[in-house]
This record gives sequence, C-alpha cells and structure tokens, in this order.
Amino acid sequence: MGRYVGTSVKRVEDPRFIQGKGRYVANIQFPDMVHVAIKRSPEAHARITRIDTSAAAAMDGVVAVFTGQDFKDGGCGSLPCGWLVPDTKVPDRPIVVTDRVCHVGDSVAVVAARTPYIAADAVEAIEVDYEPLPTVVDARGAMDEGAPLVHAEIDDNVSYHWALGDQEACEKAFAEADEVVEVELVNQRLIPTAMEPRAAAAQWDAASEEMTVWTTSQNPHPIRLLLSAFTLGIPESKLRVISPDVGGGFGSKIFHYPEEVIVPWVAREIGRPARWVATRTESQMTDSQGRDHVTVARLAMTSDGTFTGLDVETWANQGAYLSTFAPLIPTALYITLLSGNYKMPGVFGKVHGTLTNTVPVDAYRGAGRPEAAYLVERLVDLAATRLGRDPLELRRHNAIPKDDFPYQTPVAFLYDSGDYDRLMATAADNADYAGMRAAQAEARAEGELRGVGVVCCIEASGPAPSAVAGSLGSAVGFWESGEVRVHPTGQVSVFTGSHAHGQGHETTLAQVVADELGVPIESVEVVHGDTGRVNFGMGTYGSRSACVGGSALVRSAEKVRAKVLEIGAHLLEAAEEDVVYDRETGRVHVKGSPESGKDFGELAFAAYTAHNLPEGMEPGLNFVSFYDPANFTFPASSHICEVEVCPDTWEVRILRYVAVDDVGKVINPMIVEGQIQGGIVQGVGQALTEIGSYSDDGQLLSGSLLEYAVPRADLLPGIEVDRIETPSPHNPLGVKGAGEMGTIAATPAVANAVLDALAPLGVTHIELPLTPERIWRAVQAAGNGA
Amino acid sequence: MRHRVCLTVNGKAEEFDVEPRLLLCHLLRAYVGLTGTNIGCDTSQCGSCTVLMDGKAVKSCTVLAVQADGCEVTTIEGLAGADGLHPIQQSFWDNHGLQCGFCTPGMIMTAVEILDRSPGATDADVRHGLEGNICRCTGYENIVKSIVAAGARGN
Repeated sequence: MGRYVGTSVKRVEDPRFIQGKGRYVANIQFPDMVHVAIKRSPEAHARITRIDTSAAAAMDGVVAVFTGQDFKDGGCGSLPCGWLVPDTKVPDRPIVVTDRVCHVGDSVAVVAARTPYIAADAVEAIEVDYEPLPTVVDARGAMDEGAPLVHAEIDDNVSYHWALGDQEACEKAFAEADEVVEVELVNQRLIPTAMEPRAAAAQWDAASEEMTVWTTSQNPHPIRLLLSAFTLGIPESKLRVISPDVGGGFGSKIFHYPEEVIVPWVAREIGRPARWVATRTESQMTDSQGRDHVTVARLAMTSDGTFTGLDVETWANQGAYLSTFAPLIPTALYITLLSGNYKMPGVFGKVHGTLTNTVPVDAYRGAGRPEAAYLVERLVDLAATRLGRDPLELRRHNAIPKDDFPYQTPVAFLYDSGDYDRLMATAADNADYAGMRAAQAEARAEGELRGVGVVCCIEASGPAPSAVAGSLGSAVGFWESGEVRVHPTGQVSVFTGSHAHGQGHETTLAQVVADELGVPIESVEVVHGDTGRVNFGMGTYGSRSACVGGSALVRSAEKVRAKVLEIGAHLLEAAEEDVVYDRETGRVHVKGSPESGKDFGELAFAAYTAHNLPEGMEPGLNFVSFYDPANFTFPASSHICEVEVCPDTWEVRILRYVAVDDVGKVINPMIVEGQIQGGIVQGVGQALTEIGSYSDDGQLLSGSLLEYAVPRADLLPGIEVDRIETPSPHNPLGVKGAGEMGTIAATPAVANAVLDALAPLGVTHIELPLTPERIWRAVQAAGNGA
Repeated sequence: MRHRVCLTVNGKAEEFDVEPRLLLCHLLRAYVGLTGTNIGCDTSQCGSCTVLMDGKAVKSCTVLAVQADGCEVTTIEGLAGADGLHPIQQSFWDNHGLQCGFCTPGMIMTAVEILDRSPGATDADVRHGLEGNICRCTGYENIVKSIVAAGARGN
C-alpha cells in the first residue's frame, strides 16, 4: 500500500480555478483573431429556397460570410457516425447544410467578424427563405405509417433495429409466470447543460501548413482523427488538437461537432486565427442531448417473488442525425443492463432507433444505463406492490448472491464482482429503513403524503475491451495510453490519453503513479488533453479514466520500476534477485540493507548519463503502455430516498437521501464522494425538474435555462454518502467507474419514493419529471384530488 | 455612438470607449483582459459571471458596461490579497468545493456576499443564498460545505 492511493489528497488543479485562472477555450485570444458566429435554423424541417448574405458581408467589421456550399466546395466532409450496429442507416450530416434543415439549430451559414457583437449582428442580417416541411418529433410516432420522413432516403425513419437476450427463456418465463407486471413509460429527453458552453478556436500556420485547434472536448485524439480522416482533411501529423480546461462534459463533449470543423476551416480560409463560443441558447439547440426513450416492458415472476423474465421493447429517439456514438447508447449500453442486479434467466430486449426532427441524441451521464435502471427499478416496485412485499426485501430476495460472481447475465455482460445484499443492508442500516417505514406509517395516519424509495442499481463502466466494442459496432478501440516519463532529475511527467473536465485526474493519476514509483506526489505532473504532447488516447467517458487510463499508467510505471531495479542492481554490483525496489521510498537497495541503496533520482540520472548501464541496456527512462481492458467493470449502488409531497402545492420535498455505492477500490475518497454527490443531483434533476421538450412542429420548448430547470442548491437538504468495496478483479487498481453511478440510481430512487408517497391516492405511474403539475394531474386522474 | 466608461477594477482605474450595449462581463473579459469571470448562459440564470460592484454581488451579464461607470468592480482575480488566497477561496480548495471550476468564480463571489450579509450562515441559508448560481458538477454539497466552513472560521 502506498502513501497516496486511498487518501483524500487535495486537488492540485484547484488553485488555478479558484483564482479565475482556468484555461478554457473561450479565454484563448490572439491578435487579429476573428469571431465566428453561426446562422441557425429556426425551422425544424424545411427546404432552403434562398440565402442572401450580401447585407451581412457588407457590414463594417465583417471579414467573411460562408454558406454550406462554400464548406462543401472547400473540401469539408460530412460528420461520420462512429458506432454502427448491423444495417444501420446513416443520414448524411453536412457541416453546414446546403438545401435542407432537419432540426432547429441546424447550421445554415457562418460569419467571421472583428468582434462577437458584429458577428452576431451579421448573423441577423443574413436572409434565409425556408419552405417548411412536415415534422416528426416523437420516438415511437416516427415509425407510424405515414409519418413525415426526416430523410427521404430512409423511408421508415428507422435507423436500426437491435435485439439481445434469450428470447426463448423469456417466452417460457411469461408462459409459466404466476404474476406479471407491466409498464409503459417515457425516459424523457435531457439536455446535458455543462456549465461551460461549447467553444472552438483555431490557428493556421500557412508556412508550415500546421493547424492547431482548441476545442471543448472530452477526447481530443479521436477528434483529431475524425477531423483528419473525415471532415477537415488535414493530416494528423499537421493537426494538433488541444482540449485545455473543459468546464464539464457529462458526455455532451465527446462527440465531433460541426463547429470543430467550421472554425479551423475559416481560420485557414481567411488566414487569421478564429474563435467561436456558443451562447447557452446555441448549446441547448446543438449539444447532443440524452435519453428520450419510449418503452413497453413486463416482468414475470413466481408467486414467491422470484423474477423469471423481463421483456422489453424500446423506441429510442436518435434525433435528426446520428451523433458520433448514438447507436451505442440504446443498444450495447442499455439492453445489456436490463438484468439489473437480479438473477433472471429470461431477459430479452429489442430497440428501434428512430430519426426525428430534433437535436441528435447521444451519451449523457449514464448513457443507456440510467434508462435501464429506471425501467427495471420501476418494475421491481410495481412487482412489490402486486405481491404485497416490501420493495427492499423483494430486491434482496432476487439479488445476485455474492458467491455467484463472476456472473453471466442473459444479456451478454459478465459482471466482475459485487455484493448486492451487503450493499442494500448497508443502505438500510444507514437510512434506518425500518424507522423510515415506521415514520411513514405514522405520517400516513396523519394524512400526510410521505414516501420511501429504494433502489439497487448496476452500471457497466470502463469501456471497453476493444474487440468486444468492435464486435458490437464500434469503429474504434477503447484501450487507453499512459506514458510515464522520468526526467534525469527524478521528476516525473505522466501523459494520459484520459481527459479531465472536472474529475480531478491531475490529482488522482498523480496519486497512482507516485505510489507505483514511491516518489513524492509533488514530483509528478499529469499532462492530458493535447495531441501535441500525449501520443494517443481515447479520452474520458463511461467512467473509464481510472479503470482504463489509470491501468495504462500502472503498466508503464511497472516498466519504469523494472528498469530502475535493473540499473540499481548493476550499480550496487548485486544480482537482480538480491535487490529490492522499495515502493515506499523509491530506493533500490540490497535486500536486508536499506542504507546501502540508491535513490530514485540517482538511478534516473544514471539512466540518462548512460555512463554505466547494464550491458545492452538502452539509455533513458520513459515508457508508454496501451492498456486494453479485459472486461467492463460493474459498479453497483443502493440508494434510499425519503420524500414528502405537499397536498396543497404538490411539490416534492426530499427529506433524506442515503447513498451506498460500490465503485471498487477508491483512489481518492474525497473526489469519489464528489462524483457521487454530483451524479445524484443530476439524477434527481431528471426525476423532478428537467425535460428537454419539443412542440409537435419541432420547436425546442426548453431552449434556455429559463425553461430547462437544472437543479439548484436548495433541491436537496444534503446527501449522505457511504460505500462498500468489492474490487474489480481484472484491473491492476481494483477500481470501478465512479462518475455515473449516482446519476443512474438517483432517478429511480426519487421516482419510487414519490410514487410510494402517492400510493394511497391510487397513483401508480407518472411520467418524469415529477413536477407539481404532473403530480396534480395524476392525482386528479386517479380520482383522488383533494 | 460610443461612451466613455471610467471604473475601478480590482483596485486599478480603467477607462474605455464602449458601445452602449456592451455588457460588463464582456468589458471585463475582452477589454480588461480578466477572463476569470466566466459566461455560462445568456438569460442571467447561471451566475457564473458574478462579480462585486461597489461591494454587491451582481451578474455581470445583466449589467451594461456604462452602468458600471464610476463603480468599483472586484472580480475573482482581485479577491486574493497580498498574503495569499481569500479565506473563501481557501475553503473551496479545502472542502473540494469545485470540480470543473467553471461556475467557481461566480460561486465564490456570491459566497462573499452571502457571508457579508450573514457571517454565520447555516447550510440552509447558503442553499437559499445560492439560488442564482448553477453548478452542474458538485451537486452543491461541497460548495455549501465550503461556504459554511468559511463563515464558521470568520470568513
């Protein structure tokens, strides 16, 4: 055990942020820089019959105006989709449209001007005539006979159909079931809303033909690859992509966006540095959005409450185009999680990915897994009600026993480790579950609407074994690179392909490497987010940075240690087997005589002077590893939420929120708790306040933070966080992902609590978010409106 | 038409000719060159751009630069003293009160006013006081903790 892993080391990145010195893309400034602004479609579906840019182009301070045709003629390729399940139909997604817009916010024309204010004025001065076309916005409605077509060449609006599971076992389970519960529910569309709006900047060096692009991305290397191979056409060797400090992502900054192409293209075209910064309104109508499922499902069980089968059909709204990883989310990250934490032989799910005149939908925190968890956990509560069983007790009855791991589900995943019964028992203890239920009974007797929600949730994190990803439709691999470069003085630079946008990697990955080498954490710097400095990387999403990125660094550190040991043995004139590498101090010494050793710094220096190295050894002390995970990791959680619904205003008040999570070994407890707390509040947002909604004609009704209600500080009274640890057996750190578990569990925990509170009024289902209006309507519909 | 604006930013007198429509946040970022004041929305909802104007917390996207004429403005860059971090900055660091850091300058500037008004602010006071600031990362837990702790330590 080292000095740092497992301890709450304060974050090394914080001083710059708390002093206003964050290096965000919007802060990048060059002399002579132009400001790019984009004319966006106010129509959800229309033919463009005329674009007149002359007035804009004539404005004082406007440098250039471009239309879609300019980008097409200028060599820009369409945005590709990086995950294709069998027979996926992929609509063309141009950087800037030429003749037809497919959602509100589609890019129509581009202005470059001396100031952002002039650019905005010029955008207003561009005249566009639209001939409106019929629209479709609903995931399931898109497949209706006669529904308007989003793209004429895709004649049923279906991008793909996909299914997974043991259909035969599923049918048998329902044929033999004693009880069946059914549900039809919507997992509403969410808008990720990272606090930093997206931005891009670019500088072109005409002499060397080198382009540098700064972008608010969670994964700069894949963006460089896509820019190079598909959209911008500048060779990777001449293209540097930098994601400096990025102000939150939650998935929405994974994807390749048009503006990342527009800005460098403009910079090269006019020979001046260029920058675009989204307004919040633009972010709302162009950042890929999340969720948006319609699902019909049923759960089969025996009379003793043993789950035997789950049958699911989902319509997943993919929006107007396929965003970079869109088909992955409702397929391999959703259907695969439908077994939940339960032993169920007959799980079968099918999904239809449909196209609509809405902003593209892709990964948003949890990505597929929250959709599965909400569905499964609602069904379990309905089952408990049907059987007259306590929902916690029913979950414990069906939980996969700890001795059954690794556990093969009927939907492809092999769960690595877990102890779900202990997880639930810990949550019940921490919450005083029995006391909560007693208090609820008392409150009900007084006519109060008090509810308790319980969940047990699963996640698959740390994607992914590359070969598995490939077999499921990925166009890329999901390994990670990690380089440990020891300098001659013994200082260490760590280069990771993971990218931090709030997660604190500069601290946690330094903890890992400092412990691996036995050096002070102050001597380890972590470099990320720059294709010019980090050799390659797949970036950060799916809670993969510790599992995959951290493991790559462990492998490189092991190689450093082996070489240092070899040099040490040589200098100490001892056989390698007679010396040890002390991981507490970084010293190499002869076994039994620690005082006779050599310091890490001395050995690093020796590696670089190369005056006296073992025969045949190369000088230097620098190793790169590419770590391809053997499996996903499977974090789990049990959360308990206690709520009260006001019978006058129908507002939900959260009284307590108790979370117990198992994310395997923990590198930095403070950071992990922060991830879980933040994740929970996002999940509570889905349950209570957030919805990305469209009118039937495709207008985004939640186009600003006035209409899209992200949680505020007073939504919860506080969160009680605890954890258990079942280490992942297949990565060297024993870690599992920590970034998404909170979000996955919180939505069903709150929803179950609210529906439990409303049970005496005969309400069994309300679509999210559980706003006072929706609750009031449900109560009225149940005939119990007080 | 342009207007002359004279204001003090972090103790330094500044003078600019500006368009009447220029927002204070843009004046600070583009003219004064202080990019610590972040802009997170366009409807004055998120509070990322909060600064102190004559000692009061204001959302600088809701103030025209010309309205700041003759005012003293303090931004996040001006908060730390010669002897190091402001106690609220230190408390955010000590209590993990930030993740991506984008809302942080606005949170800290709002916290200055919360504790100014109510030095012994409770958890509930702080949650209420942060009603105009959005954080998407932390779930507010450690922001609240940071501010309460700074207040308890006498700011």
